[in-house]
Amino acid sequence: MSDKLKLKYESYRELPITPLIKAGVSRLVETPWHLHGKPQVNQAKCIGCRLCWLYCPEGVIAVKNGEVEVDYARCKGCGICANECPVKAITMVLR
Amino acid sequence: MPVSRFIDGNAAAAYGVKLCRPDVVCAYPITPQTPIVEYIADFIARGEMASKYITIEGEHSAMMATVAAASTGVRTFTATSSQGLAYMQEGLFYAAGSRLPIVMAVVNRSMGPPWTILAGHDDAIAQRDTGWIQLYCGSGQEILDTVIQAYRVAEDERVLIPIMVCFEGFVTSHCYEQVIIPDQEEVDSFLPPYKPPYKLDVEDPMILTTFAPPIHWMGYKKKHDEAMEAARKVIAEAEAEYAERFGRSHGGLFQAYRCDDAEAVVLTMGSLASTTKVVINKLRELGFRLGLLKLKSFRPFPREELKQLLGNVKAVGVLERNYSVGGWGGAVFLELRSAFYKVADGPRILNFVAGMGGRDVTPLEIEAVAKKTLRAAQEGKGEREVEWLLGEIG
Repeated sequence: MSDKLKLKYESYRELPITPLIKAGVSRLVETPWHLHGKPQVNQAKCIGCRLCWLYCPEGVIAVKNGEVEVDYARCKGCGICANECPVKAITMVLR
Repeated sequence: MPVSRFIDGNAAAAYGVKLCRPDVVCAYPITPQTPIVEYIADFIARGEMASKYITIEGEHSAMMATVAAASTGVRTFTATSSQGLAYMQEGLFYAAGSRLPIVMAVVNRSMGPPWTILAGHDDAIAQRDTGWIQLYCGSGQEILDTVIQAYRVAEDERVLIPIMVCFEGFVTSHCYEQVIIPDQEEVDSFLPPYKPPYKLDVEDPMILTTFAPPIHWMGYKKKHDEAMEAARKVIAEAEAEYAERFGRSHGGLFQAYRCDDAEAVVLTMGSLASTTKVVINKLRELGFRLGLLKLKSFRPFPREELKQLLGNVKAVGVLERNYSVGGWGGAVFLELRSAFYKVADGPRILNFVAGMGGRDVTPLEIEAVAKKTLRAAQEGKGEREVEWLLGEIG
């Protein structure tokens, strides 16, 4: 069923009977709305506590091989990670 | 073999539901609907019904739990009345907007205050714009047959709209009569298992009934309206097939009685139709050319079918158990008049507001209604367009 769903429709007649979205479509769409800037991580200061990963409301922080990775294509720039970091390894950088 | 049982209207609804094998039943008790919930709970406790029964803390939750269950692609049932129906209103929009074929028994009771637990159609009529189909019944047999047909109509891929099976509190819900309960096998062949067009499924995850952007929102509403229009045909088809298989007919969208050569017709819904039928028969014997139109489907409103049937009638008296305060008439009256707008030589349409808050509507009162409608037909005018049957206050 989900394979038949589209993101764009030519006319209302093509719409499904109620709004249905294939799960995971947000992975296909980039939403880089960095409201309070982009979080920059100082990997040297990072102690690997993963609080940033835990608190990120968008789930766009990953910790790979002990390094914090931010998915900037989907980060909203809320700054919660920077605020939670106990060693101030994250700073919000405005353009 | 079908069996005949002496049961009340609520039991007729419960037996109808049992025959439809819903997977989930979730309802909160409220007078006068409570016995439906009790009967079904008994069926399940005795092992006669395999449904999952969810006890719940209120009507809003009852509707939302039913919506959630139906979203997983299973057959569901719930029931309520009056204040409970109003309490679940948000859920009513949710069920209809999600296009889930839920069937709900609504035991009509007037909305308080003034406080009452007695009959009136004003509770369900107040929910007419929620997008549900509304079918009004007047007897136990009609309730049972309509519940079975309701699942068939609601689950039809051309429709996919939830249905309220409405009947008046106490006068129908608690009145005992002989009701024929059909065979399970016969019902099974009339009503195949529900095949949902979409569902919550871990194998194929989807986000259901989510946000619609402004460019889409009205399109969904338009599709809903088109399905409601299609339902007129599907209701009639289901009725025809049911009549063929089970040998009983309740008219589908409406039932016309002695309307063929009638000068004037009394139009009503639910239990008032049976009293009106007796009155029409009596007046026919005296030579008055009167007919009865028992409207069953209020949503979808069968305006084209009614225009065709009542096109040659000179006057229609709409006798109804609801009134739109400040709207100058009951809902059926207003919609019927709207249907006849710009129809040259359409019937004169009068409104008789009656029977709310459990007020009895006597044969004598209906006789006066019929005679006034006939006079309007013959003289081309009525005394008053909207009249309240208040009689004597004892």
